[in-house]
Amino acid sequence: MIGHDETPMASPADGAACGPTADVAAPVMTDEMGDPAPAPEIVAEDDRLVVNIGPSHPSTHGVCRVLVELDGEIVTKAEPIIGHLHRGIEKMAENRTYLQVVPLTDRLDYVGSMYANWAYCRAVERLAGIRVPERAEYIRVIVCELQRIASHMMAIGPAGADTGATSLFMYTFWQRELILDLFESLCGARLTYNYVRPGGVAFDLPDGWAEQCRTFIDQHPSAILEIDRFLFGNVIFRVRTKGLGVLSPEDAVSWGASGPVARGSGVDWDLRRDDPYSVYPRLDFSVPVGERGDCYDRARVRLWECVESCRIIAQALDALEEFEPGVIKAEGLPRLLAPRPGDAYDHIESARGSLGVYLVSDGTVRPYRMKVRSPAFVNLALLPLVSVGHTLADLVVILGSLDPVFGEVDR
Amino acid sequence: MDIKELREHLCATYPDLCPLFSIEFGDGVLSVDRSRFHDAAADLKSLGFDRLGMVTAVDFGDELEMVYRLQSREMRAGIFVKTRLPREEAVIETVVDLWDAADWQEREVYDMFGIVFTGHPDLRRILLTDDWVGWPLRKDYDDPTIIRRPDYL
Repeated sequence: MIGHDETPMASPADGAACGPTADVAAPVMTDEMGDPAPAPEIVAEDDRLVVNIGPSHPSTHGVCRVLVELDGEIVTKAEPIIGHLHRGIEKMAENRTYLQVVPLTDRLDYVGSMYANWAYCRAVERLAGIRVPERAEYIRVIVCELQRIASHMMAIGPAGADTGATSLFMYTFWQRELILDLFESLCGARLTYNYVRPGGVAFDLPDGWAEQCRTFIDQHPSAILEIDRFLFGNVIFRVRTKGLGVLSPEDAVSWGASGPVARGSGVDWDLRRDDPYSVYPRLDFSVPVGERGDCYDRARVRLWECVESCRIIAQALDALEEFEPGVIKAEGLPRLLAPRPGDAYDHIESARGSLGVYLVSDGTVRPYRMKVRSPAFVNLALLPLVSVGHTLADLVVILGSLDPVFGEVDR
Repeated sequence: MDIKELREHLCATYPDLCPLFSIEFGDGVLSVDRSRFHDAAADLKSLGFDRLGMVTAVDFGDELEMVYRLQSREMRAGIFVKTRLPREEAVIETVVDLWDAADWQEREVYDMFGIVFTGHPDLRRILLTDDWVGWPLRKDYDDPTIIRRPDYL
């Protein structure tokens, strides 16, 4: 059994046009259950029009296709067709040792690789009973909060671009660039870091890195105020996004939404505070929560989370000074981890919501099963719900406000 | 309801499962038989587990194990519900009627494991193409393009 059925194609020499012809049976999925899958189609009713958007669109961080049924310009149905970026990372993980999986997790959410690294490493540590040195935990908090800012900048900039404020992109990306420079001097990579490892982190902070980091967080709040004035003070953005794509708190909970998407709807749920992990209980921060659950509130929650992240980083940098430098990894870690048979789950609050990793071990050096609970996948399922009744142009804004990263959606 | 009451309630309802249960650490595990699964899920929802965090499956050879992770915001607790399905008859009731979040996640499990969710409103492949053959995350899935890595030391 292989992945794809060979679809018979009529050759031009047979006198037929290229491509499947009518007399060639369409490939039907035959499974053990004997149920052919129904075709994924939206059949237009009345004088409605079905429009295919995608499979790629500049406003998404990846490849998404949305089948939209339109009544005039109003969306009456929207169905995201996902999987264009499916690489089978969960299957690939079963074929690698525990340490070799870490670079794979980088490729999940490539706008926030540190999170996937961390969530995976937490699951491994829970499975193998590894205690992480406190100093490494503080370093993880610092890099992940920096990552949160970088990721939110990537969400807010395009949110402006979607509504026509294209120059905002430059301001948010300038801030993101500063963070990527910090990451580059930390671990040599700008996007796929492979930095958080089971038991700790890969490298210690280079000389002067903490000061550079402080310089960044000192200037960042003023940049946030500028972005705030630029975007939320912009009348076009306010008129476009207020009341757009409203998600009720009940729906947010029932659909499992998390992160800024849930908090924008007033669901006050943040794992850093409500299911505390690492050193977060020792840090003082607040969780911004929206009220109306529209695109405006979702963007605003993201922006103010950046300010809170700066507070967290400042506290963590202070705490870091009290530790002896050099301790970044648990001692006595074997080169090949072979945890006892069993399973473990751990989750962290990523920039997109609760990112969980479920690991099953059979006692060998490779995971028996790895499952990534991806917040972007779960949040994207809300698109059909929140986009109905809005115009086609607004669909793009709504999609951007859910902030899906398709590496994580498709895995 | 706090965690203590929850534990007492669950131990009373599912007496044979008590030793497995340690919800204080956020990883309480409730293993139920397939016939009781949907009732147990509905029961947990009425107890305050308002979020369905994760739905997945694991292939254990003769049996496939369904793993659900529920979360309660009020009690700040998480619980796993696990149920085993025979490989030849991998069918289970859907929980879309309880949590909308199950919609896409159950589709993904169907896509990857071929587990059929009865009562699911829209059960079809989600990540793979519709003409894909086989269930990739099952252990007996064979694809000649997968090259098994040697054991490094």
